[in-house]
Amino acid sequence: MSTSPVELDQPEVDELVATATPWVTIVWNDPVNLMSYVTFVFTSYFGYTKNKAEKLMLEVHHDGRSVVSTGSREEMERDVQAMHEYGLWATLQKADQ
Amino acid sequence: MSGSLDPGFQRNRRGSTCVATFSSYEADLLRSLAGQLIELLRNEAAVPSHQDPLEAMLDFSGPTQEPDDPVLARLFPSAYTDDEEAAGDFRRYTESGLRDGKAAAAGRLIDALEDGGLGDEPEQGVFVDVELDQPSAISWMRTLTDMRLAIATRLEVEEGDDAYWASLPDDDPRGRVHDIYQWLGFLQETLVEAAS
Repeated sequence: MSTSPVELDQPEVDELVATATPWVTIVWNDPVNLMSYVTFVFTSYFGYTKNKAEKLMLEVHHDGRSVVSTGSREEMERDVQAMHEYGLWATLQKADQ
Repeated sequence: MSGSLDPGFQRNRRGSTCVATFSSYEADLLRSLAGQLIELLRNEAAVPSHQDPLEAMLDFSGPTQEPDDPVLARLFPSAYTDDEEAAGDFRRYTESGLRDGKAAAAGRLIDALEDGGLGDEPEQGVFVDVELDQPSAISWMRTLTDMRLAIATRLEVEEGDDAYWASLPDDDPRGRVHDIYQWLGFLQETLVEAAS
């Protein structure tokens, strides 16, 4: 932790909005992936509890999609890439879209 | 294929690995499918081909367009649904690495089968033992998933279409391929359970 400088540069408004709007990773339903496997991926990759992983898996299954993680655009690109490694169908977008 | 006595994967008694015993015909089928997957992943060039090997080595650009082959398009879906430019950039930076990773995992599956006793040709009465630590189990899960995605895309499998596949006559080759698809799903299910 660093101490606060006496004078702070005021960030531009656009920058503020950009950093304030998080991105999300969405996993989409497909007819192939097993429910048990999708749950396994959510626990082993994201470190979610079995309960949370199952809840997200069921959202994917019943609603066709689920937001599985939230963060910066770079973090979400990493998560999407990891989901593609596991064979899950994933995309990223801004959280407010 | 998956007779009721076939247990698929099980957690071994010491509890740290997942084990399975395949007939050499089953192991040979898995090897063949993994080999096809590797061929497919390397078939449609992920990077533009070059005359000059030095230039090729220095070219770190990847593809920006979705692959033509529907199986490859499913294995490497667009990361952005409504931003073609961002999707192209993502693909350029990730697809080559993803292809290499998937091909390497399929190669490790073949190695494990051959280390487990699979010879050049399958033989009656020969069995193949496989023992997987956790990273290997996850690697197998990914390859089984890629095989299932590939077969399902070719067969055009849809949600809740079991009755259709069951209704096909015994000699319909698509029905046989669907049996293999289901057997891979059974293996995957037991592996996930054993590794959880």
